[in-house]
Amino acid sequence: MALKNNEEPKKEKKKNSTKWADKLVNRNDDKDKKSKTEKVLTIATWSSIFILWFVITKLGIFTPTLLPGPIRVWKATLHILENGYNNVPIWVHLGASLKRLFVALFFAIFTAVPLGLLSGYFKKVEAVIDSVIEFYRPLPPLAYYTLLVLWFGIDDLSKQVLLFLAAFAPIYIACVSSVRQLNQDFVLSAESLGATQKNIFFKIVLPASMPEIFTGIRTAFGVAYTTLVSAEMVAATSGIGWMVLDASNFLKSEVIFVGIIIMGITGVIIDAGLRFLEKNIIFWKGHV
Amino acid sequence: MTAQSKKESLIKIKNMSLVYGKKDKKIPALEDINLEINRGEFICVLGPSGCGKSTLLRAIAGYLKPTLGKCLMQGNEIDGPDWHRGVIFQSPTLYPWMTVKENVEFGPKMRGLPKDKIKEIRKYFLDEVKLSGFGDKYTFELSGGMKQRVALARVLANYPQVVLMDEPFGALDALTRDDMQNLIRDIWEENNTTIFFITHDVDEALSLATRVIVLSKRPGKIIKKFKVNFTNKIFESGTKDVIYQDDYFEVKNEILDIINSQIEK
Repeated sequence: MALKNNEEPKKEKKKNSTKWADKLVNRNDDKDKKSKTEKVLTIATWSSIFILWFVITKLGIFTPTLLPGPIRVWKATLHILENGYNNVPIWVHLGASLKRLFVALFFAIFTAVPLGLLSGYFKKVEAVIDSVIEFYRPLPPLAYYTLLVLWFGIDDLSKQVLLFLAAFAPIYIACVSSVRQLNQDFVLSAESLGATQKNIFFKIVLPASMPEIFTGIRTAFGVAYTTLVSAEMVAATSGIGWMVLDASNFLKSEVIFVGIIIMGITGVIIDAGLRFLEKNIIFWKGHV
Repeated sequence: MTAQSKKESLIKIKNMSLVYGKKDKKIPALEDINLEINRGEFICVLGPSGCGKSTLLRAIAGYLKPTLGKCLMQGNEIDGPDWHRGVIFQSPTLYPWMTVKENVEFGPKMRGLPKDKIKEIRKYFLDEVKLSGFGDKYTFELSGGMKQRVALARVLANYPQVVLMDEPFGALDALTRDDMQNLIRDIWEENNTTIFFITHDVDEALSLATRVIVLSKRPGKIIKKFKVNFTNKIFESGTKDVIYQDDYFEVKNEILDIINSQIEK
């Protein structure tokens, strides 16, 4: 349903802006757009951080090991981009991390969504699943990571299981609450229009829950991403997290900086991508 | 009008009472309701707020089961909602992930009608509610009145035996409400629909209904049924002049007296 509609809103938007923009509620929400001053403020903040960084290192208050200057970090970035780290290209490290992340997210979505919706629907299913999730959810992932390494080996599998567990809970919880908060009149009106229970689930409950499910997925991504870096810092031989850990063992501060910057930018890009998908697939968000 | 003379009974409510809650906290909502809805009637239900008007509608729709008595449709007990009784809620429950077209087509599609038939029905009813050019819009792009018209078209597309409306124009501004009242009257006259309409507006009830039913405060009992004919007069003359005549005021005052007596107690 959602995918089918995916192409239609794009067409709609063009028509909107010309014909209906004045009269009707426009789907291109102006609230999302930052105003000019806000943009300037964001840019100013980052410029100040950069200048401060530059001045402090220039004054030589700290040794380059403690705080490498922007130029050192820039050189290290170029070096890593060109030669990789430990003779392994940076893309391979990043790719290894992202593969773990997305495999885990994929399986988390395909298990947490149905289980969450079922739990929302049937109190008995919830009674089985909910307490288990409530128990493990607040645990710090690294607390049980050692066990996972023992059970699933030190390779990718244990990391994927760890990330899966981290991503599962937010999606599951979002699904349960989306069903609970469902506008019952949607269901009643569908019943009065002749829809069967199966149709009500796929054509009403699922699309009505989509906005909240997607928010759950974005949260899950955030949790899994931070968990990923910690996991690679404990036991790994590749990945962006491992790169940072390895660099810190040899006090290569500029490499730590490069790693952190790459992690931050990657996170922002992926979240922007998810938001883009959300905006286009679930165009009815805020109207349920 | 012609249909009324035939008096084909559609819905029969016999000694129905409805109580919310269980043993300890019983809240009686309706008490000993007896009502017959005939084909072609336009019934408006009036009553003080919280008197169980919506409960009555929900029982007829099949969302609630009567605690005592029966609710029959063409001789069969009503057991859950079905498409023979279309429902329109106060806030339109249009599906925002579907276009206006898809919303109107929802009922016929669910019932598995052939595609060209669905298209034909959708065109007819979008035209009937004067929204022909809006099929490809999404429902959140429409104004409140337009939304309620889509909801109306969506329900009518199933050709239900009776349309149940729960204060459908309550959230609209006065001008739009007037417009919608004329629209629903025209549709009712043209399609020989049967309508069961809940409102708290005496003028709305009198200018639409062929029968007005006044409920008491909770638990709701039927205090009085009025047979009126202002709606046909308005339809025939094309003006609302009848609402300034003496017989209109007489009925209106009587109804207001009843409702006020219920509130004061």
